[in-house]
Order: sequence, then structure tokens, then C-alpha cells
Amino acid sequence: MDTGFIVEYIPMYIEAAKLTLKLGVIGILFSLIIGVCCSMIQYYKIPFVRRIVAIYIELSRNTPLLVQLFFLYFGLPKIGITISSETCAIVGLSFLGGSYMSEAFRSGLESIEKIQMESGLSLGLTHSQVMRHIIFPQALSISIPPLCANVIFLIKETSVFSVVALADLMYVAKDLIGLYYKTDEALLMLIVSYLIILLPISIVATLLERRLRYAGFGN
Amino acid sequence: MQDLGIRVLFMGDNFLRLLGGLWITVKISLLAVALSIVLGTLLGIIMVFKNPVTRFVTRVYLDFIRIMPQLVLLFLVYFGLTKSFGINLSGQVSAVIVFTMWGTAEIGDLVRGALISIPKHQYESGQALGLTNKQVYRYIIIPQTLRRLIPLAINLTTRMIKTTSLIVLIGVVEVLKIGQQIIEANRYTVPDSALWIYAAIFLLYFLACWPISLLASGLEKKWKN
Repeated sequence: MDTGFIVEYIPMYIEAAKLTLKLGVIGILFSLIIGVCCSMIQYYKIPFVRRIVAIYIELSRNTPLLVQLFFLYFGLPKIGITISSETCAIVGLSFLGGSYMSEAFRSGLESIEKIQMESGLSLGLTHSQVMRHIIFPQALSISIPPLCANVIFLIKETSVFSVVALADLMYVAKDLIGLYYKTDEALLMLIVSYLIILLPISIVATLLERRLRYAGFGN
Repeated sequence: MQDLGIRVLFMGDNFLRLLGGLWITVKISLLAVALSIVLGTLLGIIMVFKNPVTRFVTRVYLDFIRIMPQLVLLFLVYFGLTKSFGINLSGQVSAVIVFTMWGTAEIGDLVRGALISIPKHQYESGQALGLTNKQVYRYIIIPQTLRRLIPLAINLTTRMIKTTSLIVLIGVVEVLKIGQQIIEANRYTVPDSALWIYAAIFLLYFLACWPISLLASGLEKKWKN
């Protein structure tokens, strides 16, 4: 282990980690928005749009991000749609994440029994009040564990961004291996960087999950 | 070039080559899943032990494997092992090792979850009915555990196939690489073939994974109770 080398290249890893985090966070935010929209469309069974959402979910859940990125970055320019690497990464991650988030929300919404809506309405609440005060809080508490799992999954997926020429953590590590043949050091820093990013998220997720077990109704 | 090079897809044996590439991906995933099921079941049983040492070790293994992106694990095995220990593995072998390690962790956790989720009264009722210990496991516990596990294990197969697409980054010639080769080979005659080739690969992955996910969700629904 060459500690001097490690110290010298830490700033590069910090820059790369910032990029990974930035793209990850933006991608996850978009995924959440797409997820909420898609799950609402499926919950209210809006005709036709619902079919499109179903097709989107199946397509995105059954293909790897790497292939989606290749199509976006190398395929689309051939029909005149050229997008920058960063946009491409965000679009790819949101396309993938949207369906996973949507499934997480949907599982929460579907697990709330119909009787809850009916009881709320019979107490004189309006539809939106029932949704806001009764359905959403319960659905969210059920959706939190899969949502957390998806956040971790999506940040892990950002590791393929190096294929669209983004200088993320993998890219820096591969660069250092190629340039200086410092494989051990580069890989060690790579692991440490991902641990620093993902370990806190994973711990928070576990804590959240433990707290939310009490939020269940009737069991 | 109005057709945007869709004909490249059907020129010569290009399409067959793509399918061959996909087969390499699927082959590695299936091999890894098969190994993971065996090793994962063992790991799951070990994880239920009350021994603090095995608990700690399995916990650390599980958390490390699950937190690291699979691409990092691939780099570790493919580049790290060669440099540090002089073990020179081919890309395909490293891929099988990494995906088996990952699958073992996932299946191990599932098996553990399934084992501790069977309520105690199931064992007790069985014994109260006069079944021997062996019979309780054979007729009551194992069938219930399997029903919970099989859909999840099938689901893992699709995740495995999707994640195996990463092996192109450690130099294994699989469907994406073959796609690139086809695009490069036709660079001068059909400069725009990238769109269709990548679209075809996208659809191939979809066609490989979709039936498996349908099977998994179908079984899950059927065995819900």
C-alpha cells in the first residue's frame, strides 16, 4: 500500500463521489416523482394511460440500466437526439427508478383495505381528506422499506455511469489502475468511497424500518 | 440512409451472433443462480444459529456484499485478485464468482427470513398430531418455506440476468460487445446502425427477463396463502 499515493488522489475521489451523489440524488428525485404519478394512475385505474404505464413498468424493470444508457447515449443521436452525458445518466436512472418507485408506492396503496375508504367517507370526510389523513399515512408506512431499498439500489446502479463518459467513482478507479498500475490503492479507495456513501443510507433505512413497524394498523 | 440501418440486424448471421451473446449472459446468470441456491441455503441455515461469531461474520458478509455495487465487486475480483495474489481469472470465471457471492448473500437472507417466519405453533401442532420431527419438516415446514422462497429465487434470476450485463466492462464478449462489434464492422456502409442494434439488445434483454418475472409474480400470487 502506497499511502502517499492514496493521499494524493483523495481529492479526485471526492470530486467523483460528489458527481455520483449529485446524479444519484437528482435521479432519485425524478424517480420518486415518476413513481408517484404512475402509482396514482394505476390506483385510480385511469383508462388507456394505465396501459401505457403498465408497459413502461414492465419495460424498465426487465432491462438493465447499462443497456438503457447505451441506447440513450449511442443510439438516439442517430435519429438526431443528442443529449449530454449528465442528462443521459439522469434520464436513464429516472427511467429505471420510476418503475421501481411506482411498484413500491403501489404495494403500499394496494395493501390498504377498501373498508378504510368507505369508513372515512361514511364519517363525512371528503375523498381528498380520506386520502390525505387516512390512506396516505398508512400506505407510506408500508412503502418505506421498499422505497429505502430502491434508494440504495439506485445509488448502486450509478456505478455504470462511467460508460457514458462521466468521471464517477468507477471511472476514476479504472483510470488510476490504467495509468499507474496502483490497483490495490485504487480499489481500496473505491470501496471506502462507496461505503461512506451507502453505509449511512443503509443504517438510516434500517432504523426507519424498525420505527415504522409500529405504524401498522390492526396487526 | 432512410432505413437507419435496421437491415444490418438481418445481414449475415448478425442476429444469431447477438443471440449467442445473450446466451453467454444468461448462461453465467443461470450458473451463478444454481450455485447461489445451494450455498445460499447453507448460509441461511448458518445465519439462524445463535452462535455470536457466525452471526457477526455472516452479518458483515451480507452487508458488505449488498452495499457494494456489483460492478465494484467485479473489479475487486477481476483486477484486485490478479494484482494482489497473482490469481489470473478470466472475465467469465470472475463473473461467476462475483454473482455467486452476491446471489448467496441474497438467497441466504431469504432463507433466513423464511426460516424464522414460520411460527412456532406450526412445529408444535405437528408434534401434537403425533408426527415425528422428520415428518414435521418433510410435510409442514419445508413445503411452506419453499412456497415463500421459489418466487423470490426466480425473481433473483431476472435481477441476475440484468446485472450480468455489467460483465462487458471487465472485457467479457457478450451481447453488448457483439453489438458494438457489429456496429463497428458496418461503420462505413451503414453509419447509423447503432440505434437499431442497441434497440434490439434492449428488446432481447426484455424478452429474456419478462417471462421469468411473469412466472415469479404468477407463482407468488398463486401461493399467497
